[in-house]
Amino acid sequence: MSIEVKDLRYVYNPGMPGETVALDGVSFEVRDGEILGVIGHTGSGKSTLLQHLNGLLKPASGDVYVDGQCITDGKAKLVEIRRKVGLVFQYPEYQLFEETVAKDVAFGPKNLGLSEEEIADRVKNAIELVGLDFEAIKDSSPFELSGGQKRRVAIAGVIAMHPSVLILDEPTAGLDPSAHADVLSMIRRIHESMGIIIIFVSHNMADIADMSDWVIVMDHGRIVLRGKPREVFSHGEMLSGMGLAVTPARAIMNRISAEIPDLKSDALTIDEAAAELREYINRTKNI
Amino acid sequence: MIRDITLGQYYPGSSPVHRLDARTKIIATLLYIIELFIVNNFWGFLIAGAALFTVIAISRVPVKFIFRGLTAVFLIIAFTFVINLFMVDGRILWQWKIFKITYEGLMRALFMAVRLVLLIIGSSMMTLTTKPIELTDGLEKLLKPFSLIGLPSHEIALMMTIALRFIPTLMEETDKIIKAQQARGADFESGNIFQRAKSLIPILIPLFISSFRIAQDLALAMEARCYHGGAGRTRMNEIHFARGDAAAAILMIVFLAVIIASRFLPTIF
Repeated sequence: MSIEVKDLRYVYNPGMPGETVALDGVSFEVRDGEILGVIGHTGSGKSTLLQHLNGLLKPASGDVYVDGQCITDGKAKLVEIRRKVGLVFQYPEYQLFEETVAKDVAFGPKNLGLSEEEIADRVKNAIELVGLDFEAIKDSSPFELSGGQKRRVAIAGVIAMHPSVLILDEPTAGLDPSAHADVLSMIRRIHESMGIIIIFVSHNMADIADMSDWVIVMDHGRIVLRGKPREVFSHGEMLSGMGLAVTPARAIMNRISAEIPDLKSDALTIDEAAAELREYINRTKNI
Repeated sequence: MIRDITLGQYYPGSSPVHRLDARTKIIATLLYIIELFIVNNFWGFLIAGAALFTVIAISRVPVKFIFRGLTAVFLIIAFTFVINLFMVDGRILWQWKIFKITYEGLMRALFMAVRLVLLIIGSSMMTLTTKPIELTDGLEKLLKPFSLIGLPSHEIALMMTIALRFIPTLMEETDKIIKAQQARGADFESGNIFQRAKSLIPILIPLFISSFRIAQDLALAMEARCYHGGAGRTRMNEIHFARGDAAAAILMIVFLAVIIASRFLPTIF
């Protein structure tokens, strides 16, 4: 399983007064079971890029391959693409519409034309996978739930389609810290149990560093940086020049090593920073 | 898809037409619509069409952009054309069973179609060259005298402002919801009319909920800034008539005279 993007270009309002190039030669590849984090300031083209990956937008030029199959040549069946590539939009709770949670989660699988038993099975699994109590919640209205629960129900609605690639656009936006942590651990759980590719956009650099195998940084419709999180976050000045930042732990360690030059640090997460500091203190205690 | 509807949209620019006072443009548009009904032969339409194209040329709004808006109402025009074509009695040109086309019917159908096209382009010229906010300000001022007989002119203008302001927001919202449901495999394009109507439910319910949320937020935001209705309210940008408006007024009067005179010209056909 892989997803490959080749030289993607997209223009909003071509030939009109508001013409803007949203994507300008974007290429990358994600392989089996990897998590890709996407960062970039508002308007850098992230959301436009995501919508190309399941055929919601058609590129002006360039191609998208899912599993080696081209989805931009006009021959691919849309239902088939949307089954393979699940896309969870920003604030997905605003798309809920059914009377009960179970019915809402069943909407996607129903559109795939599955059997009743298969649908019931998938709905139950998906709701449990997002960390909700199926029996307790299945008959309640989605509009009665809390914000974090609503969001998880909406994500379950996409997972129940059993995609091989799951794309999440700012899955933790606007959640309180505990719901935030719930959604992150839910994404990890989905990744582990389904073994699928996950692509997610976030403005939370700590989440990106924590979750992703690879990171791409977008600016003005182009990919300006790509690599392992450690590599990408070593370009602190470049990132802040684009309205982005390094992780909070990285920022603190940069500040500390500016004061204490012999504390070499490449920590990204709080745990790594703590380990480095502990090691430094132990090392210097005996001097 | 939805973005293609240009009817009622504003086309940014700084032409003399754009710079006219909104009140002038509202009156001119109303007058133009009335004039289209004064016209009784094709000479009048020729003059009215020429005048309209002069305005379009001065406004520098691309003709392509204007006609794109027309495609949305093409169905209405086609419907009127067909109804008129078959429903009028007179000299028969073509007949098949109960369907017949008469000379008078053809003339009437063409006449109505031209009138509708001019009507739509004429009124869209107003919205294309005037910012919605200026338009409603102008309307409020024009309706002010009627507040003496109890017409809530400020409230009407405010409702229009809000409605116009939230068209793009709701379009964006609709677009987002449609995409989200498509991502879940929803199909809005196939099936018979009942299936299609049913497939709209996943769009309409979230849209309703969103609009209530937006309305509530807006009401709160307005209250938080002490909005309490029209009485004693001042504005930051007062609108004023300028020299261009005087010129436009003279042109309007001359044009009205020409249109009335055109009624007495011999018919072309």
